[in-house]
Amino acid sequence: MKRFALTLAALAVAAAAHAQVTVKDPWVRATVPQQKATGAFMQLTAAQDVKLVAGSSPVAGVVEIHEMVMDNNVMKMREVPGGLPLSAGKTVDLKPGGYHVMLMDLKGQVKDGEVVPVSLVFEGKDGKKQTVEVKAPARPLNAAAKTDPSQGGHAGMKH
Amino acid sequence: MALFARSDARTVLILGWAALVCVLAACQRGDESVAPSFRGLDLAGAPYGRDFRLTDADGRERTLADFKGKAVLLYFGFTQCPDVCPTALIRAAEVRKLLGAEGDKLQVIFITVDPARDTPEVIKAYTAAFDPSFIGLYGDAKRTRETADEFKVYYKQVPTGSSYTMDHSALSYVFDPQGRLRLAMRHEQTATDYAHDIRQVLAGK
Repeated sequence: MKRFALTLAALAVAAAAHAQVTVKDPWVRATVPQQKATGAFMQLTAAQDVKLVAGSSPVAGVVEIHEMVMDNNVMKMREVPGGLPLSAGKTVDLKPGGYHVMLMDLKGQVKDGEVVPVSLVFEGKDGKKQTVEVKAPARPLNAAAKTDPSQGGHAGMKH
Repeated sequence: MALFARSDARTVLILGWAALVCVLAACQRGDESVAPSFRGLDLAGAPYGRDFRLTDADGRERTLADFKGKAVLLYFGFTQCPDVCPTALIRAAEVRKLLGAEGDKLQVIFITVDPARDTPEVIKAYTAAFDPSFIGLYGDAKRTRETADEFKVYYKQVPTGSSYTMDHSALSYVFDPQGRLRLAMRHEQTATDYAHDIRQVLAGK
């Protein structure tokens, strides 16, 4: 039995090593009751050139990949047309002031500390799709953009 | 006689120095009171942004006059906004901390540009999550548009998916304790920049 578990663990490591996209330090901004939208933030690194084309989450009716831009002091938030491109080996930071995974039509309040599952769909140049499951802990509504070491996560440990 | 002349010369010299010192002092005073060095956009005397009449989350009607004696930091946004609005309100809370003992002399006000979704309950919980002293205000669609126009604030509903988002101006306005519009701060500026300017406005500059 123990041997079987070890084999499973080894298989899991092997699978992770082959994963095309690594997700680091994911988090979701917590909401207040009745608030219908929020954002998920994380760092994405792909082994090959891929595009983040879609997402889904049990907490949200609609998930989109958004970009925030400031245009002459006006804030605009738009779905990234055609998906968010990730170049091989280059980390793309989804953070306030840039990209985020927009969670809309929320089914309930996202409470601080709750772990929010988000599935992200990446498309390779060959058109093959890969889904990566992300577990993003909710940080307080007033959490700043930078990594908060008290919230755990590997990125936080390094600081 | 020679002694007298020398005394005259000394008087002239002293008067000359006194005049020079006066000129220098006046210059310096002028520097401080006429042209304070703000990091934000100086809007003193602007013919807009004079007042608002909106409702707070407790149902009370509010105007700028309610906040006389305090500086006001005013921001237009909406709560379904995962990025700039929390960032602006986190910064506003930090500015109050940076002001130290004077933090209580700054009233932060959030005006929603999305009153259809931002109900009083949502606004109240939202602003309190950043700082319990913050006040959230709303109006009906018409009053919201009139208020935004008065403050030259742009906002627009933009459909996305089955829902919509809001484009909106992300400037923060600063009013002095007399309720006069003084500054527009940009979103890219830091809490330190904001505190630097608000401290001067509170000091009557």
